[in-house]
Amino acid sequence: MAVVAFIVFSLLYLTPGDPAAVIAGDVATEDDIKRIRQSLGLDQPFLVRFGTWVWSLFHGDLGISIFTNLPVTKLIAQRVEPTISLTICTLIVAIITSVPLGTIAAARAESKTDRAIMGFSVLGFSLPVFVLAYLLILLFSLQLQILPVQGYRPIAEGVWPWLKHLILPSLALGTVYAALITRITRASVLDVLAQDYIRTAQAKGLEERNILIHHALKNAAVPIITIIGIGIGLLISGAVVTETVFAIPGIGRLTVDAILRRDYPVIQGVILIFSATYVIINLLIDLSYVFFDPRIRY
Amino acid sequence: MNIIRRSFLQIAAPIGLALSVGFFAPTAHAQAQKTLKFIAQADLKILDPIATTAYITRNHGYMVYDTLFAMDSKFEIKPQMVDKFTVSADKKTYTFTLRDGLKFHDGAPVRSADVIASLDRWSKRDVLGQKLAEATESWSATNDKTFVLKLKKPFAFVLDALGKPSSNVPFIMPERIAKTDAFTNITDPTGSGPFKMLKDEWVPGSKVIYVKNKDYVPRKEAPSWASGGKVVKVDRVEWLYIPDSATAANAISNGEADWWEQMPPDLIPLLSKNKNVKVDNIDPLGSMGMIRFNFLHAPFNNEKMRRAVAMVVNQPDYVLGIAGSPKNGKPCASYFTCDTPLASTVGSTLLTGKRDFDAAKALIKESGYKGEKIVIISATDQPIVQSQSLLTTELLRKLGLNVELQAGDWGTLITRRTSKEPVDKGGWSIFHTWLVGPDLLNPAVNFAIRGNGEKAWFGWPTDPKLESLRETFFEAPNAAAAKKAAEAVQARAFEFLPYVPTAQFILPTAYRTNLSGIIVAPMAFLWNVEKK
Repeated sequence: MAVVAFIVFSLLYLTPGDPAAVIAGDVATEDDIKRIRQSLGLDQPFLVRFGTWVWSLFHGDLGISIFTNLPVTKLIAQRVEPTISLTICTLIVAIITSVPLGTIAAARAESKTDRAIMGFSVLGFSLPVFVLAYLLILLFSLQLQILPVQGYRPIAEGVWPWLKHLILPSLALGTVYAALITRITRASVLDVLAQDYIRTAQAKGLEERNILIHHALKNAAVPIITIIGIGIGLLISGAVVTETVFAIPGIGRLTVDAILRRDYPVIQGVILIFSATYVIINLLIDLSYVFFDPRIRY
Repeated sequence: MNIIRRSFLQIAAPIGLALSVGFFAPTAHAQAQKTLKFIAQADLKILDPIATTAYITRNHGYMVYDTLFAMDSKFEIKPQMVDKFTVSADKKTYTFTLRDGLKFHDGAPVRSADVIASLDRWSKRDVLGQKLAEATESWSATNDKTFVLKLKKPFAFVLDALGKPSSNVPFIMPERIAKTDAFTNITDPTGSGPFKMLKDEWVPGSKVIYVKNKDYVPRKEAPSWASGGKVVKVDRVEWLYIPDSATAANAISNGEADWWEQMPPDLIPLLSKNKNVKVDNIDPLGSMGMIRFNFLHAPFNNEKMRRAVAMVVNQPDYVLGIAGSPKNGKPCASYFTCDTPLASTVGSTLLTGKRDFDAAKALIKESGYKGEKIVIISATDQPIVQSQSLLTTELLRKLGLNVELQAGDWGTLITRRTSKEPVDKGGWSIFHTWLVGPDLLNPAVNFAIRGNGEKAWFGWPTDPKLESLRETFFEAPNAAAAKKAAEAVQARAFEFLPYVPTAQFILPTAYRTNLSGIIVAPMAFLWNVEKK
């Protein structure tokens, strides 16, 4: 984390761009920008700024946004619920479609069913998220008028208002992840199905469904869990396109907006949170292997 | 079986009922409130309309603050917070009295001390405010409602300054807030305007929430631009930021939003088909695009080179490039917003005559241009900037100039344009931007026309003659003299070319047909708007 903090700060220091110029606006003079830069402390040397930032970090303070003057922790906190909600719903959509489909494709390898599922998978990969998002909006929001076009409602305002704002984004984003997980599941289950113990189970006369679920899928779980874990990391760190198309105030958009305006404290804070999240998720995934594969010991 | 079914129903029915109430029923609170959902032109990031000139912050300012005076649709300055005022015979003393019942959102009355502190802070940042400050001897409070401005010498633009409609607008804030350094952002949105901002509900990058200020006492006159009665006819405004224009169009089509402040022209055909949506041009002044040169380095430190570019700029092309259709724009060969009192065609033949590439090439040769690299900096996230940049790049190539378009984002452009270095050290030769009509009404507010060198706007042109003519404008004793002075400024500007005006354009607005009372003005005002 210390290395990440140093690299992030250094990169931002070297990146062209000046938040003072953005704050001053189009009509400002050079003198105005200079004065704003001074008032923000942006004219201080690198080490002084880095030291101040690290000192604040040690006190649990990620700093104050240069533009909104709101604490970075508050800005991130505002985005946590929409981001986690979108992540969970997307994963639900992805997992409940991809794991069964991938397993069926493996069980019916080289059949028409397999090709149809793989076709869906290729389509899911190939179709850009924003295209699918617009198609879903066209059908469900503009034609059928049953789901909203955009926005986010906190769960505190009711489960249905919350859920109905997440259905389309989750479907749009979930399709890509479903395609990815379907392929990984198929490959993984196919690999397991070629193992001797599966042949033994078949020789013993076990039902195919039983073999697939209890013997093949469980043993194929490690790569599937790994890819789902990576997906969680990517989703939390920002599904920027989906958030933009559906106007969801998630962490991805917070990051992009901050980068475009050179809001350094927000960029630094968000990247630190991202890296911490990645570390925790990877740790949890590694720990979860123990439950799926008894051969793994830590 | 029946027993099982009955037991199931006994358990499921109340749960289902409870869930359906929680799932589907809007709250009584939401039903009772009349909420206007407004898609704003940009994301509100900065709350301080004095610290920044960003138009979105100016518009926020109009929601929460009020002004002493305001401009109406006839370009006349009318009292707003001021009840009455007098001017001494020598025109050096102005005495103002505030209206009764003016209160800030925290309940405190608006006092003379608040006004003086606010104007003091504003005058440190605003171009016209600085001019007023130069002419000012003192501001003093006679009592809580009456204050006096004493001038060193008569200054004809006192009311124009106090009623300045666009950035920076002299908004009145509580003294405790207005005492903040003019270069430090204020964070407390307490004003005395017709709306209150609910700062706790503000989600930067998503939404800003305002509610009606029930203590606001509107003027009796009908609203006209920023002047007149600011009667709020909704309870709550949800000011939304939807970054994707297709999503914004869908939201307005679907009724999820009521009003979209500025829409890209390419979506007009789509929204025009919806009978529940009206696409309209409510901005009578529009905005002006411009080509800004860097005067510090070759080749545009040479007047002949600037003239050569102006000779081939075809404004109708820029109209199409920016506005998409002649319906949303027009050529405007004036340094002051067309269709306003000081607009004129004086000296404009350079832009309106025949587009003569041969003559321009001859002028380039005459200028001694030696093939120096010309760098046009652009911002792909700003369509108005990018479309102008592409057109100018093409023009310069046709002229045989060594031109390179360097496109980045807006944040990079506005940083890079502060560089005074030559192009091979990160500098620039040309950038494009646009300003709203009210920012170009006259030589006093048109900061881009100035030729005060190092202190001028980016590009840093130096032209004492232009500066001197601008000063003459400030000395003008009456409207006729002011008009004449403005024409002289423009004539010189077309010789010196501090920038080249490219087009006057309007970004249309779209609103649901259940809205009425939208004020035709150069910016979106949300008072007087009724939602049925």
